[in-house]
Amino acid sequence: MSRVAVIGVGQSTFVRSYPGSIRELAFEAYSEAMKDANIQNSDVDATVMCSAPEYDKQRSPAGVVAEYLGLNPQPTFYVETLCSSSSTGLKLAYSLVASGLHDCVMVLGFQIMSQLTSNESQERMGRGADIQWESTFGTMMPAYYALHAQAHFARYGTKPEDLANIRVKSATYGVLNDRAVYRKPVAHEDFLDPQKMGGPVASPLRVGDCCANADGSSCIIVANEEKAKRFCKKPVWILGVGAASASVNMVGRESLSGLAVGIEAGKQAYKMAGITPKHIDVAEVHDCFTIAEMMAIENLGFAEAGGGPELVRAKETYKEGSIPVNIDGGLLSKGHPIGATGGSQVRTIVRQLRDEADNIQVKDPMFGLVHNIGGVGLYGSVTIFGRE
Amino acid sequence: MAKDKDVRFSKFGTVSFTGVTQVNDFIDYLEQGKIMGTVCKDCGQKFFPPRAQCYKSLSSNMDWFEVTGKGKLVSFSTLRYGPTGFTDELPYTIALVDYGDYKVFGRIDPAVSNPDDSLKVGMEMAAKPAKTSNGQLTYVFQPA
Repeated sequence: MSRVAVIGVGQSTFVRSYPGSIRELAFEAYSEAMKDANIQNSDVDATVMCSAPEYDKQRSPAGVVAEYLGLNPQPTFYVETLCSSSSTGLKLAYSLVASGLHDCVMVLGFQIMSQLTSNESQERMGRGADIQWESTFGTMMPAYYALHAQAHFARYGTKPEDLANIRVKSATYGVLNDRAVYRKPVAHEDFLDPQKMGGPVASPLRVGDCCANADGSSCIIVANEEKAKRFCKKPVWILGVGAASASVNMVGRESLSGLAVGIEAGKQAYKMAGITPKHIDVAEVHDCFTIAEMMAIENLGFAEAGGGPELVRAKETYKEGSIPVNIDGGLLSKGHPIGATGGSQVRTIVRQLRDEADNIQVKDPMFGLVHNIGGVGLYGSVTIFGRE
Repeated sequence: MAKDKDVRFSKFGTVSFTGVTQVNDFIDYLEQGKIMGTVCKDCGQKFFPPRAQCYKSLSSNMDWFEVTGKGKLVSFSTLRYGPTGFTDELPYTIALVDYGDYKVFGRIDPAVSNPDDSLKVGMEMAAKPAKTSNGQLTYVFQPA
C-alpha cells in the first residue's frame, strides 16, 4: 500500500447565513485547497462529496458540485455520516489512494443550514436518530448530549462549571480565528446570565454549552507518495484511520458517560499509527457541545475516564498545555456546518504540522489527531496525521 | 382495488414519522394498556423497542413480552427548546431507563413536578401507557 499524504487544505469562512448556493459555497473551500496544493483539475482523479441530506433541496449534490468546479469527467460520489461526513470521505479517499486505484483524490464537505429555521434544523437532526422509536418523543441533538452530560455528572461528579471551562477556552481561540462564526470572548460570568450563555436549552446544558449551526465548506486533497512529493513541499502524512459505529437508539448504549465510537475509532487509529495518546501534540475533537469535548478528551486517552474536568481546569488543553485541544476555537466558536466540519478540523491540524498555524501554532508538533463524531455517537472517526 | 395499508404505527408519539412496521401490534397492546417488547423464540434475546426479526437467529420467530416492574433511571434531560412539531409541549423531560435485560427510552410523566430537582440518576422508575397532549399513544415513566 502506498503512503497517503494531505497535499492541500481549504475552507470557507463559516457563517450563520451564506449568501449563495451550495455549489458557490463549495467553490470557496475548493479554490483555497487547489491554490494551496498548486495543482490543476486534471491532477485530481476523483472527488468525494460530503454533506448531510435534507438541509437544502438538492438531491444527489455530488454531480452538481463536481460539474460547477470543472471536475468532469472524473468519478464523483456522495458520502454521508451526518456530522462526520467529511472524515468518512477522507477515509474513503485514503483507501482509494492507498489501494493504488487513484493517485490524487479530493474530499469536499459542505452544508447550508440557514435555509431552515433553528427549530426545523433540530427536527432534521432529531430525525438523524431513530425516527420510529426516539425522534417521536421530540428529541434533538442538544437533548441527547444533555443525557450524556447528566450521566457524566452523576458518575464522576462533574459540574456545569467544568463544561463552562471548555467554552471559555474555545472562545479564547475563537477570537483569533477569522473563519469562525463566534468571535467574542466568553467569561464564566456570562453563564450566570440567562440572556447570554446561561439560557437553558436541555438540562444540564445551557446556551453556552452548544455550538451554532453554520453554513460552510471544506476541502482536503490527498495524494500518493510519488505525487505528494512532486506537488508538495510539506506533505502531511495520514498515519492512522479509525472508524466505528454504535446503536442509533440510546437503548443500545452500554454507558452514556462516554462515546464508544470515539474509544473504538481512537484505538484503531493509534494502533495503525503505532503511537499512543501521549505522542499527540495537538488535537481537534468533536465539540458540538462542551460535554462532547469532555468525553472526547477521556475517550481518546488524554485523560482517564472522569479525569477530563481536572485536565481542563489545569488548562492542559490550552495552546501552552500538555495536549492542546481545539485551539482554532472548535465547533463551539467556528460553528458546525455538518458536512464541512471534519475537513475544517483536518485543515487546522495540517496547518499545525506544516508550522503554518500563525497565532495558534504549537511548538514543533510531530503528530496531530482529528476526532469527528456523526450523530450522537452513532458514527465515530479518528484520523492521525504526522509530518516528515 | 389496492389493499389498505396497515398504518397503525402512525398513532405512536406526538409526531409520528413511521406508519408501517411489522411490529404494528405494539399499538394494539398499548391501547390495551400494555407496553410490549419482543423476544426471539430461537435464541431468547429480548428486544425493546420490539423488533420483527432477530439478527442473531436470522429468523422472524418472535413472541411478545410485557415490560413490567421497575427499571433504573440511566439519565434524563428537560428540554426548554424543541424541534418543530414539539414546541407546544415544552418543557418536557426525556429519559432512559434500564430494566436489566433491555432499556426503554421515553418521556417522564408530565405530572412529575420539578423533574430536574426530583429525579436522580439511579432511582427506580416504572413505565405506563399514556396519551400525548395531542391525543396520540405513548408511554411515560414515573418514579416507582
